[in-house]
Amino acid sequence: MGLFSLFRKNTFSHGIHPPIYKSQTSQVPIRRLPFPRKLVLPLGQHFGAPSEAIVHKGQEVVRGQPIARATGEMSVPIHAPASGIIKGIELVLTSRGFKEAAIIIEPYEASTQEVLWTEYSDPELMDRDQLLEAIKNTGLVGLGGAAFPAHFKKSVSFDKKVDTLIVNGSECEPFLTCDHRMMLEHPACLVRGIRFAMKATDTYKAIIGIEDNKMDAVHLLEQHLKGVDDITVKAVETKYPQGSEKMLIKSLLGREVPAGGLPADVGVIVNNVHTLTSLGRLIPSGEGLTERVITISGPGVKNPGNYWVPIGTTIGFIMNQVGHDGDIHEFIMGGPMMGPAVSSLDTPITKGCSGLLVLNEPLIQQESKKIWPCIKCGRCVQACPMHLNPSQLGLLAAAAEYEEMAENYSLKHCFECGCCSYVCPSNIPLVQYFRIAKAINREKAA
Amino acid sequence: MKMSEQTPVELRTTPHLHAPQDVVDIMRNVVFAILPIAAWSVWQFGLSALLLLVTVTTTCLLTERLFNATAQQPNTLGDYSAVITGLLLALTLPPAFPLWMGVVAAFVAMALGKVMFGGLGMNVFNPALVGRAFVQAAFPVAITTWTPALFEGRFTQLSPSTLTAPFMIPPSVSEWNASVAIDAFTGATPLALQKFEHISTPTMDLMLGNVAGSSGETSALIILACGLYLAFRNMLDWRIPFFIMLGTVVTSGVLYLLDPNTNPDPLFMLFSGGLMLGAWFMATDMVGSPVTPLGVMIYGLFIGIVTVVIRVYGGLSEGVMYAILLANAATPLIDQYTKPRVFGEVKPARVNKS
Repeated sequence: MGLFSLFRKNTFSHGIHPPIYKSQTSQVPIRRLPFPRKLVLPLGQHFGAPSEAIVHKGQEVVRGQPIARATGEMSVPIHAPASGIIKGIELVLTSRGFKEAAIIIEPYEASTQEVLWTEYSDPELMDRDQLLEAIKNTGLVGLGGAAFPAHFKKSVSFDKKVDTLIVNGSECEPFLTCDHRMMLEHPACLVRGIRFAMKATDTYKAIIGIEDNKMDAVHLLEQHLKGVDDITVKAVETKYPQGSEKMLIKSLLGREVPAGGLPADVGVIVNNVHTLTSLGRLIPSGEGLTERVITISGPGVKNPGNYWVPIGTTIGFIMNQVGHDGDIHEFIMGGPMMGPAVSSLDTPITKGCSGLLVLNEPLIQQESKKIWPCIKCGRCVQACPMHLNPSQLGLLAAAAEYEEMAENYSLKHCFECGCCSYVCPSNIPLVQYFRIAKAINREKAA
Repeated sequence: MKMSEQTPVELRTTPHLHAPQDVVDIMRNVVFAILPIAAWSVWQFGLSALLLLVTVTTTCLLTERLFNATAQQPNTLGDYSAVITGLLLALTLPPAFPLWMGVVAAFVAMALGKVMFGGLGMNVFNPALVGRAFVQAAFPVAITTWTPALFEGRFTQLSPSTLTAPFMIPPSVSEWNASVAIDAFTGATPLALQKFEHISTPTMDLMLGNVAGSSGETSALIILACGLYLAFRNMLDWRIPFFIMLGTVVTSGVLYLLDPNTNPDPLFMLFSGGLMLGAWFMATDMVGSPVTPLGVMIYGLFIGIVTVVIRVYGGLSEGVMYAILLANAATPLIDQYTKPRVFGEVKPARVNKS
């Protein structure tokens, strides 16, 4: 129970303080992985309707060329991450846990892999609509993990009065440092991206929120923004899930996004640091999103660090490049709190994937992995950032009272951050219970 | 990477991190925290108290094991919860309580208080207090027969009542008590003295435990220290004892100001009887206490106020046990009516009408 957390500024209430495990990668400059022999590009990499392939088997593509187009407003195109030949459109296992249609590209080994396809137009001359169209054409999605189409997020502000752009540099997930390195190495791109986003959302101020365990990034950006008064940098408490949109808005502005609402309802648009840095890089050159930085970390990884990888690179290739000691116990795509575990070395890195964790053994050796009955200690209640009652929800889930959970215990507001499962001394997989309950309720409603 | 030697990877659900404490860890630390209190009670009351502690705890363990076996369930002794119940129950009984009655109390505590509800996590009431309440009703004389603290021969002789044959009425101990006591021993607890004879006890004696009372509830200081240890390790909700003590002090303070002659002062109320043990170790039983922030406050204040009301206006000199049991019973209701406001919600979640 945080007696003193009440007096701390720039934070939200509840949440947890897991060990951060960031030192392994946070001081190493971003490096680049070579191009693999095979790229796997699932059509449904983003939140929303899957893209539609516009290439056929055997077709030659060059790096940067669109290979799938958006199907509707909530969708984005996909660009070829490398020059090569389309080997086919197949069903592959993705990190979402099921098989999805994906475009397979075999890059040409002799190619220099320059971006050979751009659609340049001067961003200075674009009006707001043209800028949004240009953002959509980059295929950019939220690179922090949710993979929400970037242009759609920004176009929401058309109907709502949005005044502030929040730049999410909190990176609260343990292990991950890609946003941290981005801020340190590409501040100019970031600021340019912020300018584009401010123009696209018609906001007049921006706040960069960074957890206070990355003070070097805070100082660097402050230095970089000297004399600029509409973009400010603010340190927020290092606490999970600080990087969740709603929590960060609360920490920085004290505004609470209405339950079930969007940040735009309180006049805010939130974008991740990596997203905006990419925006600042892609728009001026007219390129599409073909690569991203991911954190590759974990106890047994020989060369942990942050790497530029082409979208669609498979885990197996990455593992061969970075090397590994000992037996692998678990592969996690993203951070350890919300990232799914994957079983196949053919699983591709998608646009929304911010990291690859390779674990030799479970991170914290519990005395027993046994699931004990809920002893109603209330730790989950004190951890839930949405102020739900996970203890009661868990008991209801065990009794299959899914409707009661939704009606009286606000199940739908759970965003599966994992705080409750993290603190539970009885090792109850609460988040998994809630996921199942939500899925069953969705099915019933359909 | 040598793929041939690779064992299959594990697929677990998120989160992949977990806080280090688990149930066994918490329970074991609660046992550690109770041990100094138990040791002090043995130091004060000697062999009788030791025998009682051992007997009651053993009975609790055996009862749980018996029900595990008859229900063909796995052995649950490893979670330490039965040990905690046993130790706490023994500490609430008079030091010279006949052992066979202790066995009855322990059996009832486990069988009616815990197993009947479905074991760990399912019990409504604090099991130790269920056992205590049962013997309070069944053996009203034995449970109010006290032993002087720190008498000379406490490590060499047993109180005559300790080894009473099963199902027999214990012999009178007043003569034996008088013979071993250093000062004139009245056979009454500070609360009874205060209530029925208006004799107050120095606070220092209450702090150290140099008074008559149940085995483990006499030294407020040790209980406080042990409780604080658990609170600092986040294994006990500090808000519960805080609000109980607040409720006690405020209620008794008001009564004291209204009538300082008959009503005891708040400090006496706080450190006498079972209040400290109840507040720090009984009421904080996670299973029977609310989980919502407002609920915890209501629960604590309720226990504090009801305790004082029973002590001042009730027929009994002590009321902590009933106050906690009542609050335990109210816990599900408290939890339901004090649902915290969900983040971003304007009104509190609709209260369940069914």
